[in-house]
Amino acid sequence: MQYALSIILSGISLGGQYALIAIGYTLVYGILRLINFAHGDVFMVAGLFMVYLSTWFPLWVALPVMLLLTAALGFVIERSAYKPLRSAPRMSVMISAIGVSYLLQNLATYITGGLPKTYPELPLLSESITIGGVSTKWVTVVTPFLVVVLVFALTQLINHTKVGMAMRAVAKDFETSQLMGIKINSVISMTFIIGSFLAGVGSMLYFTNYPSIVPLSGALPGLRAFVAAVFGGIGSVPGAVVGAFIIGMSESVIKGSPFSIFSDAFTFALLIVILVVKPTGLFGEKVTDKV
Amino acid sequence: MLAEKKSKKGAFIALCCVAVLLILVIVLENTLDPIKNTTFFTVLRKGAVYALVASSMNLLNGFTGLFSLGQAGFMLVGAYTYAILTIPAASRDSVYYLYGGSAIHFSLPELFGGGAVGLILGVLAALVLAGLVAAGVAWLIGLPVLRLKSDYLAIATLGFAEIIRAVLQWDKLGPVTNGANALKNFPTFSSFNLGSGLRLSIFVAFLLSAVCIAVILLLINSSYGRAFKAIREDEIAAEAMGINLAKHKRLSFCISSFFAGVGGGLFAMAMNMAQAKTFTTALTYEILLIVVIGGIGSISGSCIAAFLYVAASEWWLRFLDTEIILKSGFKVPLLRNGFRMVVFSVVIMIVVLFFRKGIMGDKELPDLFRKRAAKGKEGSK
Amino acid sequence: MKKKALSLLLSGAMVMGLAACGGGAATTQAPGASGDKVVRIGVFEPSTGDSGPGGKQEMLGMQYAWSETPTVEVGGETYQVELVYADNGSDSAKAPTAAADLVSKDVALVLGSYGSGVSIAGGPVFEEAGLAAIGVTCTNPGVTAGNDYYFRICFLDPFQGTVLANFAQEKFSAKKAYLLGELGNDYDQGLLTFFEQAFDGEVVKDSFPTNTADFSTYLNKAVSEGCDVIFCPVSIAYSTQIVKLAASMGLDTPILGGDTLDSNMVLEAAQNSEVQLYVSTFYQEGGAPEFDEGIKAYINGDATAMTNNGGNDTIAAVTAMGYDAYYTALEALKAAGSVNAADVKAALPNVTYTGVSGAIAFDATGDAVRDTAYIKTADTANNVWTLEATQTVK
Repeated sequence: MQYALSIILSGISLGGQYALIAIGYTLVYGILRLINFAHGDVFMVAGLFMVYLSTWFPLWVALPVMLLLTAALGFVIERSAYKPLRSAPRMSVMISAIGVSYLLQNLATYITGGLPKTYPELPLLSESITIGGVSTKWVTVVTPFLVVVLVFALTQLINHTKVGMAMRAVAKDFETSQLMGIKINSVISMTFIIGSFLAGVGSMLYFTNYPSIVPLSGALPGLRAFVAAVFGGIGSVPGAVVGAFIIGMSESVIKGSPFSIFSDAFTFALLIVILVVKPTGLFGEKVTDKV
Repeated sequence: MLAEKKSKKGAFIALCCVAVLLILVIVLENTLDPIKNTTFFTVLRKGAVYALVASSMNLLNGFTGLFSLGQAGFMLVGAYTYAILTIPAASRDSVYYLYGGSAIHFSLPELFGGGAVGLILGVLAALVLAGLVAAGVAWLIGLPVLRLKSDYLAIATLGFAEIIRAVLQWDKLGPVTNGANALKNFPTFSSFNLGSGLRLSIFVAFLLSAVCIAVILLLINSSYGRAFKAIREDEIAAEAMGINLAKHKRLSFCISSFFAGVGGGLFAMAMNMAQAKTFTTALTYEILLIVVIGGIGSISGSCIAAFLYVAASEWWLRFLDTEIILKSGFKVPLLRNGFRMVVFSVVIMIVVLFFRKGIMGDKELPDLFRKRAAKGKEGSK
Repeated sequence: MKKKALSLLLSGAMVMGLAACGGGAATTQAPGASGDKVVRIGVFEPSTGDSGPGGKQEMLGMQYAWSETPTVEVGGETYQVELVYADNGSDSAKAPTAAADLVSKDVALVLGSYGSGVSIAGGPVFEEAGLAAIGVTCTNPGVTAGNDYYFRICFLDPFQGTVLANFAQEKFSAKKAYLLGELGNDYDQGLLTFFEQAFDGEVVKDSFPTNTADFSTYLNKAVSEGCDVIFCPVSIAYSTQIVKLAASMGLDTPILGGDTLDSNMVLEAAQNSEVQLYVSTFYQEGGAPEFDEGIKAYINGDATAMTNNGGNDTIAAVTAMGYDAYYTALEALKAAGSVNAADVKAALPNVTYTGVSGAIAFDATGDAVRDTAYIKTADTANNVWTLEATQTVK
């Protein structure tokens, strides 16, 4: 029973953290039709920002600065690596994303010297708590609530503000919205800023739980969050969140079973089944091709 | 059409070029100091393998327009098939030491009588089988996956590659696959170095790779190839022209996987070992980068890019990893472990951003000469 | 078109600039300003990737030894020793090219690597070039088996696994053990299997994929299965996380580990917690006071060395092994009486050396003749290792 509870707790907190990363994937895909492979690495870099900032500043300064820097990083990446390729074929942009991912990982290796960095302990979040006999960290409990709050705020932003309206318009039809006078570039930048900001929050939660950062730390969570985004229907925010919780939970359950080496394989198998049955994911909109 | 008339002549010239290249390689390997140039040789061997794998990916992504990210998975299948079939029976116990020996007790080179002949036949047979098994796996995967479009296809193939990797690492298959541990001691390119005499390791790598790439090129220039290109340009139009979409997509997928499988076998030969751990999505991305840098839809571009990529990442830039203190006592800044890869990724970003079409665009090497010749003759094209 | 030409020009200029740097490097790197002859020793170690921290600690031992004795008498002449590094990136796919890089730099012999997988991958390259390699802490049998050119100065996994299994049974009367290793890591998987073979009881075995960060499920599983000990001989990057997690969970099941866990980074992760941590290792601090003192001074005097050692001066066993490996290499050069790789290889099997980690001699396969392992436990309150037992297996 205790064991089951520990698996559920771990699954929920993983799911929440994946959700925050998955939103970044889904927003960018919704607008640019780009699988932003560098997103997982932005998440890792956010963790490194925090490591270095916390040695220079007190935590209450470091945390907001980290979030700002992460958002700025997303902005810079978009401006320098994706914007020049706006008219290029989609494959080129995707390659550019892979290139950025390479660059971030290698830079991180260079700067950290390849040594794992320890994430600073955050007050409250890092402290232990016992639920039903299972010892865990506060962050596990906080994560789902924080995710719900952030997602609520995001949906409000998308549905009830001018920026949000512009984002929805661009996602619907890139060229028409441009003709309607929407400043495409600022909308896209906004998307990247929001996505990276959420990845920053996600990294705070994730690395508080698993406090060791290496340059490849972003790769696996990034891949899983991306799967979650596709699973839920890429382009849909609620889809990404639901997908992330399903992926997080199934990963946790499989890991707890005797077939633990298949945890990733199962995730992908689930994804393929969904894609074959409903190619646009759980909540994805049906796209009809016009000849 | 002009291109078709010229193609016979072009093919002949290309054949000559390849022959010259092969001879050059033999001469190089036997005249240069083998110790001082080990890196150069290693890069050449690895480059040849990457050229084949990149070409196979180009066939699928560049010519058929099917965006697949499963290449690493098919290479893995090929590498394992090759390794499992060729590990000498005598070494099996030491390789499979965790599982108390292998479930397979024969080895193809020995089955063909051992010695030089056995080695050549055994390796060839194992490589062909490696390709066939990979193609078979591709056929199975293709059944559900090929119905998907663009990005979704990419994701699904990427997923399958991961699933293949997990299955091959499974403990229960240990006696066959050695679990998640490395397979080694099988014949590598170096096995073709005849004692202290003739050294043929690079030649073999180039020859095998060149033959496969030639087959890919022939295929692309056949009616199948034209059908593939039609599918790439517009699926619906292609279907309307009477091209059987499902059949051609499956064909392209399986053939590409066949060569990825052979490439995987060669990859294992170049690396001296085969281990599932190395065939991650990062490997697929690497190959995709090569394809794009070379030019999507250009086989010669893929080949050139493969060599440039391997040489730049593993050889030319390696000096950046060590600190250099000049005679004057000045310490060159920034040089430290890891700087090589930073510079390398910056170079890649520059190529991706400023040379969008890659080195060759969608042209082949002979096209460049042909165009010039045509211009000279007709004044304008 | 103009833009393209410009960018081509720019990147061309950059490449040229880099090439110029490289040219400069080749001419200035040799230290033989005094006209001494130079002998090069290749260091085949990971400094990036998940074995990076361990590789750096191992190199630290070699660098310290080099700073102590930078010259060697070979055949009546004094040679300057130069260490040539190649980073194998903890990646078996990159190892052959890194090895080839060393071969082409004309080294007399090679030391390394930390991590058995990369050594196995690099081995054939050295063999082909006729270059001897001395494994420092690669404990997997596959490294030297079938490769005449690979030697090693450490004990092997079958030995280490047996030692730990015996220890688990003697000390904790363990009936059920939880085994955890990284998928596809020869070192981990080998040790787990040998532990399993020597362990007289039930085992639950799990493997996690590379780059895993979430170990809570695994530890909880060990608890719920009622295991008496947890055996996780994983690389430093993972073991710090596992130990840290165990500390925050308040886990009271003892954790056993192989030589990789013998690192001050792991020790720090366990600091001020209830974790019971036991590791088997090659060297116990205090075994050679003179060496301890010297290397501590060296680490404290060099900021980079300090960072590479994880920010303090606790001596890792791999550092002591790296130190011994360097001197063994010098012995080999002396015995060969030449800096020719083939002569060194011929002389190596008969080389003996008594280092800080004990006597070193090679058997027929090139493995070290060793029958002693130290088992240390973490004194979490004082942040030091204390010797628990000295184990021998005949």
